[in-house]
Amino acid sequence: MQKPCPIHRTDQQQEDETGFDAKDASPAVELRGIVKKFPGVIANAGVDLTVLKGEIHCLLGENGAGKTTLMRILYGLYQPDEGEITLNGKQVAIASPRKALEYRIGMVHQHFHLVPTLTVEENIVLGLDEGTGPFLRMRRTRRKINELAEAYGLQVDSQARVWQLSVGQQQRVEILKALYRDADILIMDEPTSVLTPQEVDALFGTLRTLVDNGLTIIFITHKLDEVMQISDRVTVLRKGAAIATVDTSSTNKAELARLMVGREVVFRLEKRLHERGGKMLVVENLHAENDRGLPALRGVSFELYAGEVLGVAGVSGNGQHELSEVLTGLRRARRGTALLESTDLTRCSARDIADLGVAHVPTERIRVGTVPSMSVRENLILKTYRKPPFCHWAFLDDKAAYENACTAIEQYEISAPHDGTAAKNLSGGNIQRLVLARELCGAPRFIVAAHPTYGLDVGATEQVRQVLLDQRDEGAGILLISEDLDEIMQMSDRILILYEGEVMGIVSSEEAELGEIGLMMAGTHRKGTGV
Amino acid sequence: MRVPSWLVIERRTKVTPWVTFGVSIVAIAAALVAAGIFFKAYGVSPLRAYRLIVTGALGSSVGIAETIRRTIPLLLIGVGLTVAFRALFWNIGAEGQLLFGAIAATGVALFVPMPEALRLPAMFAAGFIGGAMWALIPAVLKVRLGINDVISTLMLNYVAAFIVQWLILGPWKGPTARGFAYTDKFPSSAMIPRIPGTTVHWPTLILGVVAAVIAYVWVARTRQGFEIRVVGENPHAARYAGISQGKVVIMVMLVSGGLAGIAGVGEVAGVQRMLLDPAKLSLGYGYTAIIVAWLARRNPLAVLVTSVFFGVIMAGGDVIKVSLGLPFQLVNVFNGLILFFLIGSEIFMKYRVSFAWRKH
Repeated sequence: MQKPCPIHRTDQQQEDETGFDAKDASPAVELRGIVKKFPGVIANAGVDLTVLKGEIHCLLGENGAGKTTLMRILYGLYQPDEGEITLNGKQVAIASPRKALEYRIGMVHQHFHLVPTLTVEENIVLGLDEGTGPFLRMRRTRRKINELAEAYGLQVDSQARVWQLSVGQQQRVEILKALYRDADILIMDEPTSVLTPQEVDALFGTLRTLVDNGLTIIFITHKLDEVMQISDRVTVLRKGAAIATVDTSSTNKAELARLMVGREVVFRLEKRLHERGGKMLVVENLHAENDRGLPALRGVSFELYAGEVLGVAGVSGNGQHELSEVLTGLRRARRGTALLESTDLTRCSARDIADLGVAHVPTERIRVGTVPSMSVRENLILKTYRKPPFCHWAFLDDKAAYENACTAIEQYEISAPHDGTAAKNLSGGNIQRLVLARELCGAPRFIVAAHPTYGLDVGATEQVRQVLLDQRDEGAGILLISEDLDEIMQMSDRILILYEGEVMGIVSSEEAELGEIGLMMAGTHRKGTGV
Repeated sequence: MRVPSWLVIERRTKVTPWVTFGVSIVAIAAALVAAGIFFKAYGVSPLRAYRLIVTGALGSSVGIAETIRRTIPLLLIGVGLTVAFRALFWNIGAEGQLLFGAIAATGVALFVPMPEALRLPAMFAAGFIGGAMWALIPAVLKVRLGINDVISTLMLNYVAAFIVQWLILGPWKGPTARGFAYTDKFPSSAMIPRIPGTTVHWPTLILGVVAAVIAYVWVARTRQGFEIRVVGENPHAARYAGISQGKVVIMVMLVSGGLAGIAGVGEVAGVQRMLLDPAKLSLGYGYTAIIVAWLARRNPLAVLVTSVFFGVIMAGGDVIKVSLGLPFQLVNVFNGLILFFLIGSEIFMKYRVSFAWRKH
């Protein structure tokens, strides 16, 4: 076995060491004409995909392009309606994930499938027939795990319980789980979405080591930078069809973006220069707990000015969610104040805060932001239903609600058959347009936008970002919470970095450096907050 | 779960009233078939039994009167339960709320001096308040302490029944009852008028129909109804929109308990005309009304139909008990089967199942 490569490495080294040559390699996986239909959607419309042995093959596409469906078919979670699968030249039927494991295919899902209360090694052997009779043979297991961990730079304490691990460490456990089952084809579904930039570097180091040792990796992503950085070849999916497969070395970001979206993409948002206004929100020494009663915010202080976007960066679970809830009245603060002009938001109910002109685009736009079974019309008056013109005395005014819906549908380009359509029948992008239409209708002063473009396609993303920037230009103060660092960098005037409920620093976006922000997100670097 | 390839399961994009109706009919038919096994076990042809139920309940003026008498409490309670269920409060305690309505009405009937013309209206008001107060207990427990509504409402039924027992054996035991466990007969000013020759206390029936219409308008067209629906369809969104779930729960439980209380007034002042043993007073209306509300798919107007359906089954059940010598519990078996199949059929409202014969 080859010695593992060092984990931290630059792009330059990677390119030099990558000895992959498409001409020499034989196909490890061939998918031919895969069709998979779901009610109302064709997720895969006759996809061909060839993955060569020993390569890192990116599957690039927008959300809903059919990447994950295709890989779930390969992993045996779905059965294709049509098409065939060939592994190492032999045609196979993969009826279940167990069967996939027999064919030595492993998959690391976007949301991990680990049991938090079990140890790492227990999670790794879970479901395997390892022991003698009813007893597990943990010593042998432990030895094998440690060998794998050492060989591939996947260090993790095998006796720690999973809930004690960071997200990056949990991902390592998932990879070890696949390797322990002797996977030689590894599917990674959007593995970087939960990692800091440094953890991404470490992951990419591991992936390189794996392919150097003969594994084949299929890497699902919608981020162009990652494709350019890690892959040998890339297949672009769009609307359920494979648009093209190209060598990464012979393409560039602009071409990939065009293939992915189907038109030219402008990477620059229209962000007008303008002067920020006066201080609008002063948050001081805010403390709050998460749902499990553990401290989630530990003395957060910052100021927000009218007409600025303050981005909140951080790895998920570092207090962003609790911050957005405290500021919108959905969570009690333990200590501290949040003065919006002269009102302390920590003492107000959600309704009071909404009445003060605070808009909230919630993290979970479907579960929290809408009532899926109710109509678009009713969802649009979810916060204003009790005031005229929507309500007279005790009765709702359907006509006013209808007119309101017509205006919103037109202005925000919500594509819905009509105003009576149930919100659950809208696409993700249109649900977010609906939420924005409702939240921004009263010219809000202060907007809390949590992950406003998460899971949206490129078109909807552009629109949502532009709508928010327009609000900023009109003088609203915006707190933008996002795990997409590119989004934070593009949209924000200043960036606040949260780590374990503390502010690691606030930097102006012109001076911000990705590396520095990454270190702050990882909690290893702190900076004065004097911006 | 593996689905055979000849079976196609699709999610319905829209649930039309016809789908709801069709699925409900099929569920009832399935329950009839399953209940047939029990009739068979008693050596009775199920078809004969069902024919007897229908002719017994609807074939004569006496039968129809019996059916209506049983429909009245089912209607009132059923309407209240649709509202509570809309807000996702699982009120299994209508039986106890009915009993408390009966207690309050009895108190006013026997022990409160007042102008006789006002006695009946005062009894209805007291019955509503009695039921509402009994329902307020589990509502507050849920809102303040997060105590499971199914368990607390169910358990309070037994408490209410024992309170009635204590009253009729103790402080309220009628001096004229000669040792029997019931109160004195109500004075005539405290009796709800009946259609002559029957036990149909029509003013209560009118109240029930009015309640169904008002409840429908309330839920569908008013501000509070909007809040009820949002809380019931997505509590997270309700919190996010600043709608207080606690207030909504208390509001629907006051209404639901109050309507059950009025049903109790009807039983005690319209049918029995005295407070007596809880098992004789109610016949399990509070439980059967759960199925009434569920079959109505939580629509108050539909309760006007489903309550009659169960009125027929209850009245017809009496008939087969007498003429075929079967235990009345068979009717409970049948009711249970209907609820079982109704809940099981919910999935068919979400999904369409069809057969596809195709080549592999």
